Amino acid sequence: MTQATPRRLEFRDVAQGKAMRARLSHAVAQAGRPVTLMHVCGSHEQAMARYGLRASFPKDLHVQMGPGCPVCVTDAPEIDACIALAARGLRVLTYGDMLRVPGRAMSLEDARAGGARVEVVYGATQAAQIARASSDPVVFFATGFETTAVATAALLLDDPPDNLVILSAHKWVPAAMEIVAQTPESKIEGFLAAGHAATITGYGIFERFVERYRVPVVVGGFEPLDILSALVLLVEQVSAGKAEVVNAFPRCVSREGNKKALSALWRVFDMADGEWRGIARIPSGNLALKPEFAKWDARERFGVELAEAPPVEERASAAECLCGKIMSGIAEPNDCPLFGKACRPDAPIGACMVSSEGACRIWHEHGLGLR
Amino acid sequence: MIKPTLTDDLVHMKHGAGGRAMRALIEGVFVDLEGEGGEAARMDDGAAIPFGDKWLVVTTDAHVIKPLFFPGGDIGRLAVSGVVNDLAMMGATEVLALTSSMIIEEGFPIELLRRVKASMKAASREASAPVLTGDTKVMGRGEIDGLVMSTSGLGVAARVVRDAGLRLGDAIVINGSIGDHGLAVMSARHDLGLQGELRSDVAPLNGLVRVVLAAGGEAIHAMKDPTRGGVTSALSEMAEKAGVSVVLEESSLPMSDAARAAADLLGIDPLGVANEGKALFGVAPDALDRVLAAMRAHPLGARAVCIGRVVAQGGPTAGTLLLDTGFGHRRLFERDGEPLPRIC
Amino acid sequence: MCLGVPGKIVSIDDMVGVVDFWGVKRDVAMHIVDEPVAVGDYVLVHVGFAIRRIPEEEIAETLSFFEQMAAEDLEGLSPPGAPPKPGTEPEALP
Repeated sequence: MTQATPRRLEFRDVAQGKAMRARLSHAVAQAGRPVTLMHVCGSHEQAMARYGLRASFPKDLHVQMGPGCPVCVTDAPEIDACIALAARGLRVLTYGDMLRVPGRAMSLEDARAGGARVEVVYGATQAAQIARASSDPVVFFATGFETTAVATAALLLDDPPDNLVILSAHKWVPAAMEIVAQTPESKIEGFLAAGHAATITGYGIFERFVERYRVPVVVGGFEPLDILSALVLLVEQVSAGKAEVVNAFPRCVSREGNKKALSALWRVFDMADGEWRGIARIPSGNLALKPEFAKWDARERFGVELAEAPPVEERASAAECLCGKIMSGIAEPNDCPLFGKACRPDAPIGACMVSSEGACRIWHEHGLGLR
Repeated sequence: MIKPTLTDDLVHMKHGAGGRAMRALIEGVFVDLEGEGGEAARMDDGAAIPFGDKWLVVTTDAHVIKPLFFPGGDIGRLAVSGVVNDLAMMGATEVLALTSSMIIEEGFPIELLRRVKASMKAASREASAPVLTGDTKVMGRGEIDGLVMSTSGLGVAARVVRDAGLRLGDAIVINGSIGDHGLAVMSARHDLGLQGELRSDVAPLNGLVRVVLAAGGEAIHAMKDPTRGGVTSALSEMAEKAGVSVVLEESSLPMSDAARAAADLLGIDPLGVANEGKALFGVAPDALDRVLAAMRAHPLGARAVCIGRVVAQGGPTAGTLLLDTGFGHRRLFERDGEPLPRIC
Repeated sequence: MCLGVPGKIVSIDDMVGVVDFWGVKRDVAMHIVDEPVAVGDYVLVHVGFAIRRIPEEEIAETLSFFEQMAAEDLEGLSPPGAPPKPGTEPEALP
């Protein structure tokens, strides 16, 4: 039977969802033991919360959130460097997601309340437009994974204005999956890979990963049926003792990915080692501008040192914060003694509670794991 | 449900965003202005004073909005509608008088003031709510941003309807699409370049409420307008005050195509976005059909629909608001602070 | 950061396309989309850039994939109307 293309390309058939949930329950029951999976995308967490999927998962299925929130893993000194530029009187543009994330001393929102010129942009092209309309230097705080990094790259390859200055905190998510897979305490038996990031990278990059670590990877989209079907395919592999890469999001993801975007990405960026907040120093985890783009690189142009902002005393309770463990898949938000108590959306301690796509924030806002 | 407590030393933007932080500020600083346990402590949309066999209802409302002019309205229409709606939500659909105060920045164009006035006048006529007195102050350039308004209103209610009156079994009814105002203003404010019919719903609702009360009478148990903080904030507060649990059906939530698309693009939950021409009603189930029919006959209620039910009273779920997405239930929580466009 | 939203191209002028998101339209940069695109094509948009042309045939494929996943269950796993197995059916409320 040929079905009509769904409006807005939404795939939300409730009856199919019910059948897939039953199939998921069946697959977990077949495994005969608890199954722990990890997803590595804040938007997967958002979507699971948005559709109430978590509450409908079988009891023995644990889906943990890995280091998939770029806001959470942006290191505090990177935010400090951005604040330091704003403190010099420079106009700073940022994605809205980063505004409330604390550096060591304050967030960009705090800096703005203190008089700094911090503005929210929705897209990379908007940053270029603002720079073109101004004669002063404009700093764009370029954050996010490969999906936003390609936008920054495209900007820099399209005759960027001289006064546009890029402070890159871009990160490369496949590198982080390696770290999780190598963590000795990790109980992760399968990965739900981020569909939009894989739209850029292609699912081929997971083939070596699967061989090396013998865990299955399924690339999933963000509609409720995308997520449910991807989880079914993961659990079925776990039950059968298989470890393969499966593309459950073929309408957007190919094996090779978006070659044009990748070529733009690697013309502009080099891989660099980088700190991921609360997790580790990740080899090849960061994306740094190539020397050819020094003219637009904030670090070159203003000599921004990541250590520039004065270190401040961290809140005493921050020592108990489990964000790093949560993002590494060793703990869940409700394992943290601070979750929902000292650490809440209105008084966040860890980055996972600050970010709108942090696991703790999403769990708290949707009442998961409370009490 | 944990009562919001004020823990900050300084006022932040979240304290003005209509959620728990705002209620914490009011409860922590202002609520005992009148004395213990008085009308102010109810923290309803206005205050009701017995007057013969009726009630005088008084309310006041301050208006700050960026930009001052937005698709579908401006600060003038907002100032009149906001205060008329606060009165109407108490049952005071007959408005005796409105007042208007304006604080204006030095250098503000008189022509724009005329435009604001014209909108006030039009809204005031729609609501049969005369603006009888006012005040103006001017502050130096940079000391205030353009124009800030404050309006007050005095109305009469035959019966006061509280926002705390939800009962087990009540249907939750809304008079039309959600999220239009907040998304239209956000799109204009952040200059997002969205082209389409994204328009604020700002409108005075006393005429509609009159129709609802006439059709439903005592069966109208509770009313509230989902302004700042949106449907989530308003219904959370209603559920909390009444000690009930409410479940909303996502598939029944009315939304305009434009608002739905904008919310998707910006990554914003439309349930948490402000409305300025919508009201939520808690209606006894046996009156639901006649109330809906009456609403749909009114121009501001053409898309009126039942979006949920009160499913429990007291017990462990008291004060909770849930959304049935068809794939599962999720609990809706009030957010602190303005929703920001996100890219993740 | 993965807030990708699908839309349909309604016009293209060089590297800028107008994309309809079924309610609002917005300018979208076409610099890095993976294949040549034309008016009427679906694209996945992320931070103002189209990053993928979504082929119609893949949409049809997705629909039949979901249909198949859901149908297999109905036939093989739990017949329609059968009560859920204890411990496997999730609770309705969190």
